[in-house]
Amino acid sequence: MFRRAFVLTAALAFLLSGPSEAQLTVQILKGTAESVPIAIVPFAWEGGGPAPHDVAATVQADLGRSGRFRPLPREQQVEQPHASAEVDTADWRMLKVDYVLVGRLAPLSDGRLEVRYELVSVANGERLLGTALPADPKALQRASHRVADAVYEKILGVRGAFATRIAYVAVDGPVNRRSYRLIVSDSDGANERVVFASPDPIMSPAWSPDGRSLAYVSFHTGLAAVYVQTLATGAQVQVSARSGINGAPSFSPDGSRLALALSRRDGNVDVYVLTLATQDLKRITDDPAIDTEPVWAPDGQSLYFTSDRAGGPQVYRVAVAEGARPKRITYEGSYNARPRISPDGRQLAVVTLDRGAYRIGAVDPGRGALQVLSSGQQDESPSFAPNGADILYTSRVGGRDTLAIVSSDGRVQQRIAASAGELREAAWSPFLD
Amino acid sequence: MRPLSVLLIAIATLALAGCPKKPTTVPEGSGSTATEGSDTAGAGADGQVGEGRELPGASGSATGSGPTGVANVIYFDFDSSSIRPEYASLITSHAKFLAGTPSIRIRLEGHTDERGSREYNIALAERRAQAVRTALKLQGAGDAQLTTVSYGEERPAVAGSDEAAYEKNRRVELVYGR
Repeated sequence: MFRRAFVLTAALAFLLSGPSEAQLTVQILKGTAESVPIAIVPFAWEGGGPAPHDVAATVQADLGRSGRFRPLPREQQVEQPHASAEVDTADWRMLKVDYVLVGRLAPLSDGRLEVRYELVSVANGERLLGTALPADPKALQRASHRVADAVYEKILGVRGAFATRIAYVAVDGPVNRRSYRLIVSDSDGANERVVFASPDPIMSPAWSPDGRSLAYVSFHTGLAAVYVQTLATGAQVQVSARSGINGAPSFSPDGSRLALALSRRDGNVDVYVLTLATQDLKRITDDPAIDTEPVWAPDGQSLYFTSDRAGGPQVYRVAVAEGARPKRITYEGSYNARPRISPDGRQLAVVTLDRGAYRIGAVDPGRGALQVLSSGQQDESPSFAPNGADILYTSRVGGRDTLAIVSSDGRVQQRIAASAGELREAAWSPFLD
Repeated sequence: MRPLSVLLIAIATLALAGCPKKPTTVPEGSGSTATEGSDTAGAGADGQVGEGRELPGASGSATGSGPTGVANVIYFDFDSSSIRPEYASLITSHAKFLAGTPSIRIRLEGHTDERGSREYNIALAERRAQAVRTALKLQGAGDAQLTTVSYGEERPAVAGSDEAAYEKNRRVELVYGR
């Protein structure tokens, strides 16, 4: 499943940072009983020579991995049509398939390729999708993810998030000689690219809302500082290197400001908002307790954050204004930290202490009721997919951090395992087009 | 599968043959495109005294690496930044040493165990480092001599996910000469 493109970036990463290169694999731990049976027929190639990309294989891998679909294995497809008019619904009904995706890949006169695809409902033969998507030859993988996104949305009513990316920190080496790499890959782990590498810790990557930059914490000067790096150019700007902690960056929805946790000279960790263009710094909380891990509400008017002002860590919300009074959001359990809000603002993902284990929980921020979603022993760093359907997080398995995904209703669980080293603190990008 | 392994072998060969910079030890700032600062990873385990240099004018026992024969790691209870009574004499020794050697600097590096949320642990470890800073100042160390840095759970002293490892990782290291 992980795939040609990985090899080239792996070569780059290898040369950059030493031999322990991880190969990623995705494993579905738990699916849902209501997964949709679908057939994704191999696309016809209308050019000469071998087909430049197996579009159907990528779509099939995406949909299968999501846990919401049950793709019919290729060898069980009794016929392989390439246009909706050729789909014989009676045959597919016998195979107990609800939908059939067919298509072709054809060269265009301008050197690009066209991905033409149609989705057919087996129940009534209706053509639900019929789209021609032009793509550069190098972007066929990405175009295939877009096809999967469209199918996901048509059938489930929620926009797909396959054509997105994730950022995460990869850690290799023994405790006294670690190496850290900040990596961006496609949402399925393919196309890894090293954004930044250091022998000192890298933490807390956060996407800008346009998906073009990452904010993160690095200790490579010997002290913690917050950086914003533009992915296309690699240009890295230090935005906060104040005395004490500089941590937990989160971009405002309009991208103009960063919420941060700073301790400054007095060592008291509070939440601040930094306007990037002017360097204007506003203190939002002022409490002798720890206030950290801020994240913006989708409307940009308030911040959720972790505070231990009531003893243990709990999640609070505060208006983005100096002197505003925080309101407590979580009450269930002794430990609720690291809030992340869903794109629609209706669900708050947290790290919660559940019967001795740290797990990912979901809280309705209006009512405070908590549902435990994950089932590991040390799960942390939740991050919502931009469609809100899934939560990416870090899970410690066998003494190693790996990435995992749980659907926001808790019904589907996947693990992304690296063959070597550790992966942690993954952040899911916004929609990229 | 085959093209991948072939390419990886090719890369490995290339790296071994053509890449003399491949790090074998831990020299400062090696092995990365991004280093500027000093490497502090070696200062971790077992409360070893860091490398120091002789200070001009320092008296006999002072080596620049802190008071002789005094440990330089303080361990903490779970979710606590209180300095346990057993460390009173350790704090006093370091504070006296600092007060008597105003030119020396000390860096207080705070750490937690691996459990819980990473940025929250950064804050907890900062609180531990600040507790040690306050204790040293109360006994005569100068404010300008003390800096804190919090690594949270990012730099464990020992690997492992059991209480024995956690105990060794919840700590503040007193690192001289930084």
